[in-house]
Amino acid sequence: MAGPTEYLPKTFRPRVSTYWWLGRWSYLKFILRELSSIFIAWFVILTLLQISALKRGPADYVQLQEWLRRPILVALNALSLFFVVFHTVTWFNLAPKAMSIRVRGKPVSNLLITAPNYLAWLAISAAVAWLLLRG
Amino acid sequence: MGKRSNEPFLWLLFSAGGMLAAILIPIHVFLFGLAFPLGWLHGPSYQSLLELLKQPLTRLYFFVLCTLSLFHWAHRFRYTLYDGLQIKHLDELINTFCYGGAALGTVLAAYLLWRIP
Repeated sequence: MAGPTEYLPKTFRPRVSTYWWLGRWSYLKFILRELSSIFIAWFVILTLLQISALKRGPADYVQLQEWLRRPILVALNALSLFFVVFHTVTWFNLAPKAMSIRVRGKPVSNLLITAPNYLAWLAISAAVAWLLLRG
Repeated sequence: MGKRSNEPFLWLLFSAGGMLAAILIPIHVFLFGLAFPLGWLHGPSYQSLLELLKQPLTRLYFFVLCTLSLFHWAHRFRYTLYDGLQIKHLDELINTFCYGGAALGTVLAAYLLWRIP
């Protein structure tokens, strides 16, 4: 004879909906941040395609540039830009939380950790653009 | 052993990739994904881009950027699948897909960048 307790679960775990992250902005922001990784992988795929086309010759390279002009690809890359910038901003804004630096016992202001990151982003982006646009 | 002991190393790759991606990827996506295809800016010619890619430093740059970005993706996407879809019980399959994909991409990047004509 089975007693009533035998059918009770050992620990009670409420079921969480698969769409739990839609309920609150902070949850949604978390999932959007996590999804930015897909667009980072997409960037790598595109970069490898570009390098591969460059190696195969001018005709293949031009063909790839034509492909990138298609509205669907432009839309995808516009979405990518949104997500990679979202990654950058969330990454930089998280940095002060990840490393709490103290100088003479006092915590350093968040801005002192975040600002150099943004400056480096600007300077390095400008350098990359300069390298590509001068030719 | 196993998964637990690998975690710090994978996290290091994740965070190094995250930093590199944060600083470098937006400008690349802006230029090659939007500004050049839409004609906002005049892109580099085939020849000058090839010359740039012949430089060992450029190739190292793209190799490191691609590899670390992929491991960043792998780590983050793995947890997105765990938490977002609550499919942690498929962890072996997910790990193989994520880290295997990143490893495959690394090999492909190395192969493509090894020799530039």
